Formats: sequence, structure tokens, C-alpha cells
Amino acid sequence: MRGQEAREQAGRKALMATLAHASADEIARLWNESGLPSEAELLRGPETGLVTVRGRIGGGGAPFNVGEATVTRATVRLPTGQVGHSYALGGDKGKAKLAAIADALWQDPAHREAVETKLAAPLRTALDAARETRRVETAATKVDFFTMVRGED
Amino acid sequence: MYVAVKGGEAAIANAHRLLADRRRGDRSVPALRLDQIVEQLALGVDRVMSEGSLYDRELAALAIVQARGDMIEAIFLVRAYRTTLPRFGYTNPVDTGAMQLERRVSATYKDLPGGQVLGPTFDYTHRLLDPELAAGAKVETPAQRPVEAEAMPRVSAILAHEGLIEADGDMPLDHVPGDITREPLQFPMARDIRLQALSRGDEGFLLALGYSTQRGYARNHPFVGEVRFGEVELELEVPELPFAVPLGSIRVTECQMVNQFKGSAKAPPQFTRGYGLVFGQSERKAMAMALCDRALRAGELGEDVIAAAQDEEFVISHSDNVQATGFVEHLKLPHYVDFQAELGLVRRMRAEYEARENEDKTAEEKREAAE
Repeated sequence: MRGQEAREQAGRKALMATLAHASADEIARLWNESGLPSEAELLRGPETGLVTVRGRIGGGGAPFNVGEATVTRATVRLPTGQVGHSYALGGDKGKAKLAAIADALWQDPAHREAVETKLAAPLRTALDAARETRRVETAATKVDFFTMVRGED
Repeated sequence: MYVAVKGGEAAIANAHRLLADRRRGDRSVPALRLDQIVEQLALGVDRVMSEGSLYDRELAALAIVQARGDMIEAIFLVRAYRTTLPRFGYTNPVDTGAMQLERRVSATYKDLPGGQVLGPTFDYTHRLLDPELAAGAKVETPAQRPVEAEAMPRVSAILAHEGLIEADGDMPLDHVPGDITREPLQFPMARDIRLQALSRGDEGFLLALGYSTQRGYARNHPFVGEVRFGEVELELEVPELPFAVPLGSIRVTECQMVNQFKGSAKAPPQFTRGYGLVFGQSERKAMAMALCDRALRAGELGEDVIAAAQDEEFVISHSDNVQATGFVEHLKLPHYVDFQAELGLVRRMRAEYEARENEDKTAEEKREAAE
């Protein structure tokens, strides 16, 4: 049961991470294609506020405050009762609302599969591809040192 | 008695209307879009985010346009906007070791795990103006090198094992990180608070101070242990969810400065460290911050405080360019009454001075006449 619960939370968190990284346009486009319902009652927001970003002294030492970042969040309730939340960097309120509905739908066994396959999977594929492109472009700038031998001996 | 002087309303309104016109400039030139600024003036956007202490590219781009490219004015706009937003909380500390790197170089180790990765750098360019850029030349797509992903631990973690370098900065376990946006500055201050102030400090000011330490004012023999730049993930603990909620990622630059240290009564001979962490891609700022952080640890390490860069109150009180510009620029606002008061004072002093001069002269003449 504990393992089941942990897997459940990991899956929900993974969806939230994907939605936070994805662009509003991309989420809206996939949503329209997916046929997922978008009817929901707003319980909170969408509202934009600040989070204070923390770092660590020396990279791994005591925490300190670096500065603020804008975050937009929303909380919704579906007609079937599930409550969904969303948080993401930036100021996009439309994205916050859709992401909260996605979180709520994911908790509904009748919709989880569709949220995963029609929304999360294509978003993840695109995000992973973009990340991989950036990684191999960066890797091309890695220095290969070689030794030059000068003189006779 | 207090007398209020009013007036200038029409002049002010017209001045702002004129400002809007001049900001837009020649109407036959297309207006800038925010996405153009975000994409093509990205490092300017990063500076506004870093010193405005607000990570939001669109808002920073808007501020740059509104300020006509005046960076300190743009930073001021962003700072002012920040104060209108509620605060949702403090994120979990970012893990820079897990950064998705876009650049990582070390000046101390040639062959460190993960290697020297140059990324999109101005280093090794010839600093020659490129007329082709003005002509809108086509840009090549980047080269790709499909290799296995490898871990790139922070260089400080690699150096740590010999014990010749100090550990990451620790604080007592019950220490709550200070927050200069909540509490007024107090001196002396803990290192965590100093780092917060430095991270939003003026790049030019920190650069000059860092430079001064290299030129002998608080010399501390720095090496760039590592500079890295890339994306880190943000997570926030919220009461409504049983896990830390992912917020997405931000780009940051981190600098690990390593400094030779011959030891003191308080610490053995070893390498000491200065740390820099700033929003966006800004190596210059992160390096300057790390140099200042190290210089400001003079007291903690038992060094003599002899130079400006080591003087905490001097550095931190003057590093914020919004405060600095506010106080300097307020001088141009009406000071009519202050000035009238001082004018009266100077007139009186001058009259007294002249009266004294005349007295002396009359006395002199009398003496000469008597002789």
C-alpha cells in the first residue's frame, strides 16, 4: 500500500513537472486535440505571486536567498469532485487553469489514461527532444586536449 | 509654517507624453516585440532579472523597452513591480550539481570529470565588429556531438577529499536564512544575507571591487575553480500537496572561486573559497560576486581589514543600484526651500566675513596713518 501510494504521488508529481515546463500554447493545442473536458470550478486563482529562490553557500552548504521568481497557480474542482492544483514559473493564467484541470482529471480513474497519453506523453517527448538537442549542441563545445611534441627528443 | 508650492502638472503630463513619443522613435521603424528582446538581447534581460531580483523574462523585456534600454531604470521598474505581488513561499535550495549545463569551465583542473565545456561564450572571439550581422546574414545551426551524458560534479566536490580546501559554507543547523526583503540591513551580517545582497548587487560596482582585490587592495590570489551556467529545477513545499511541487526551471550562473590562504590564528593554511550565484547567464557578475564574497570573509578568516572590498558595511550598503540611483537622482528634484535656507545662511556668513575684512582694513589704515 505504501509503495502504491508513493508511485501514485510520483506519477502526479511527474505530470505537474511536465506541465510546468511546457508552453501554454503547446498545452492548449494538445488539449483541443485530446477531447479532454475542460469544465471546472475555480476554487483559487489563477493568481500570480512570488517565490523566493534559494541556493546553497558554496553549492552544497547552508541555504541562502538568491532572489524572487514569478509563479502562477490555480486550484480547480471538477463536476465529479476531484480537486486539482497547478504551480508554474511565469505569469500565464490560462496555462495555470488548464494545468490544474489536468491534475484533477489525472486523479479521476476515468481520465488518467487520456491525460497521460494525449497530453503528458507528447509534451514529454517534445521537452525531452529539446533538452537532448541542447545537450548535444553543448557537448560539441567540449575541449579535446592534445599534446604537441616539439623538437627532436 | 509650511508652505506647499504647487504647479507643473501640465508640464509633467506633457513631458511623459513626449517620453512615450521618443521611446517609440521613428514610426517608420517597426516597434520592438518583447519576444525579440527575450531572444536576441538575452543577456540584457538576464541582467535586469539578476539586479531586479526577479526571474521573469517577459517582465524584464518589458522593463527594458519601457526604460528605453536604460538598464538601471529597467531594474528599478522590475523592483517596483515585485512589491505588488504576494509571496507564495521559499523554494527548496537549487541543486547546482544537477544543473543541465550549457557551459562549464575550470581554470584549476584541465581534466575534470565532464571536461571543459565552452558553450555559447564570447571568450576567444576577436572582438571585431561584424558588419554581416547588421546586414542580417544567415546563421548556421549549431554543431552537435551525440555522446553519452556524463555527470559533472561541482569542482569543489572533487577538491574536497584532500582536506586542503575548505568545505561549502555551513551555518548552525537551526539557522534560518536571513531575507533582506523582509528585514532591514544590520551590520555585521551573516554570510547568507551578504550573498543575497551581492546576488542582486550592481554588476559594475561588484566588478570594480573584485578588480580592486586583484590589483592589491585585499589581495587574495583567486583562481576560478569553476564557472558553470545552465538550468536548475525549482521545487516549492506547499501545504495542499504531500510532495514538493515542481515549478519548472531557471537559468543560473555559478562561480566557485578558490583562493590561496597562508593561514591565520583562526584557520590553517588551505585554499579558501568565494561563491557566486546569479540569475541568468552572467559570468562576469558571478565571478565578481565570488571575489567580493571572499574579500568580505576577512573578519571570519582572521585577515586584516584594510581595503574597501573587505568592508562589509561599505560594500553591502552601496551595492544596490536602485537605492544608489534613488539617492543620487533625487538631487535633481526641487530643493528650492533647502536651497533658499542655505542661500540665506551663505549670505549672512559672507556679510560677516566682509564686515570682518573691512574692520581689519580700517584698523590697518588707522595704524599706517598714525605712523
